[in-house]
Amino acid sequence: MVEVQHVTKRYGSFTAVDDLSFAVEPGEILGFLGPNGAGKTTTMRILTGYLPATEGRARVAGFDVFDQPIEAKRRTGYLPETPPLYPEMTVGEYLQFVARINGVAAGDRTAQVGAAMARTSITDMAERYCGTLSKGYRQRVGLAQALLHNPDVLILDEPTAGLDPRQIIETRRLITELAGDHTIILSTHILPEVSQTCQRVVIINRGKVVAVDSPDNLTARLQGSQSLYLQVDSGGADPAPALREVAGVAAVSVADRRDGVSGFQLEMAPGCDVRRDVSRTVVTHGWGLLELRAQQMSLEDIFLQLTTEEAAEGPDGIARHDDPPDAAPGGGTYPIAAEEHTNG
Amino acid sequence: MGNILALTQKELRAYFVSPIAYVLLVFFALLFGWFYVASVNVMVQLSMGQFGMGPQVININEFMIRPLFGNTAVILLFLLPMLTMRSYAEEKRSGTMELLLTSPLSDFQIIMGKFLGALALYGLMLAITLLHIGLLFWYGEPEWGPIFSGYLGLLLMGGSFISVGLAISSTTKNQIVAGVATFAVLLLFWIINWIGDASGTTTQAVLAYLSILEHFDDFSKGVIDTKHVTYYLSFIGLGLFLTAKSMDQERWNG
Repeated sequence: MVEVQHVTKRYGSFTAVDDLSFAVEPGEILGFLGPNGAGKTTTMRILTGYLPATEGRARVAGFDVFDQPIEAKRRTGYLPETPPLYPEMTVGEYLQFVARINGVAAGDRTAQVGAAMARTSITDMAERYCGTLSKGYRQRVGLAQALLHNPDVLILDEPTAGLDPRQIIETRRLITELAGDHTIILSTHILPEVSQTCQRVVIINRGKVVAVDSPDNLTARLQGSQSLYLQVDSGGADPAPALREVAGVAAVSVADRRDGVSGFQLEMAPGCDVRRDVSRTVVTHGWGLLELRAQQMSLEDIFLQLTTEEAAEGPDGIARHDDPPDAAPGGGTYPIAAEEHTNG
Repeated sequence: MGNILALTQKELRAYFVSPIAYVLLVFFALLFGWFYVASVNVMVQLSMGQFGMGPQVININEFMIRPLFGNTAVILLFLLPMLTMRSYAEEKRSGTMELLLTSPLSDFQIIMGKFLGALALYGLMLAITLLHIGLLFWYGEPEWGPIFSGYLGLLLMGGSFISVGLAISSTTKNQIVAGVATFAVLLLFWIINWIGDASGTTTQAVLAYLSILEHFDDFSKGVIDTKHVTYYLSFIGLGLFLTAKSMDQERWNG
């Protein structure tokens, strides 16, 4: 339904999107994930025909966004980062106007505007001026505007930004409901959003795709580097040498130690589950086994790992949790100008 | 066509929801009324023979309507930049330009919608003056011809002012910048032939041709010359073409 082939977008010497390729199947929800300034908004603007790509092609519903922009735009609903509302219009008038410029037949307009308002629960707001709406309602009117003309493809730039928790849940439910009839691309930097709503994730960083997969597969793919946390009361002895001898344990490092109780970080070799052997070793040495748990990588870890890989290669390949991607070493050289460019 | 109409209506609504339309209409009516009263006074004095020539019949077109149209042109030079300054600038600032550019609309439709919206409000401003001119028919016997050609000239000249305003508004997010720059450019086109005398004859002829008010004179005399019609139409065409170029440029540069 959506095909992006080798799309590159340059602003002068700065490359916002670099040779990006991906495809979205009909009825699928694709999550577009990346830190701020990664090129999410630029990519979406290229797909909606707002910006032309410097190189490469993009097709929406079978129409090239550059060669047949009117046809492509007719089949696309777009919610930009800031909902594009006219403050001097009421919500009802605004949606009527949007229906009209999207070519909805005069006889169907009222019905389709009504349906879009009902879906986004803004029917009570029809008489309010757009300029007086709260951020949450503005976002919902923006969403109503995007799905009003029943487009094949919905492109939503951070659809839950600025909403309160209850509205976020409602919006996610709405997006999930819309899938099937519509193909949806949504961008976000909120990770739970992706694992809850999307069937597939494209993670981009600095304009490049770093991973494309389902949220589950992404987690599974990186299970090879799974680690264990082990806490042992060894009464003064050092359990590390014994632990290293257990088959399947790749590395042992001390996580914490006090009063004879030691915490260890055990790296497992890919595909091995060493929990049984580790507990047996601890018990046969007569130590007290206080804690043993698998440390599974969350989508957050994967995201941080993938987006900071070149910048901060930690000892275990995983950036620390408290490191936001932007603050990571080398992340300082992040093209902050990217956001400003794409906002222009 | 339906899309252009939708955009034109949207533009008109924006003018009338904000104070802009009312401010323009009120002040235009006030200024035009003032010039009208002033020229009626001159007319009365002339016809009463207060200049030592004795009572006489005076051509109302020549002595009243023609100068009045000339003064109107000057009022427009000041007021029309305020009509067009928000046109693009405000949409770009608030992000609604993104809605228009990602909707199935061509640049041509967007430009025409904005141009016709501004032109419609300007037409309404001119419509107010029909009242004053109508009163002249009540008390005198002006000719229809020069009045008709005068209005045609005002419409063409105003259209040129609007097209310049749109082109300039499309280059900025700031309404004030758009308004001031439009006023400056229009003023320049008004006085462009003032340095003509000191320069060579060819330069003088070119500058005189470019002067935007110079071409209006014949219209107020009652002459519809294709030369002047062509000038204003190509001026409008150029303004709208530059607007289209600016929209395209914006797209490539982000």
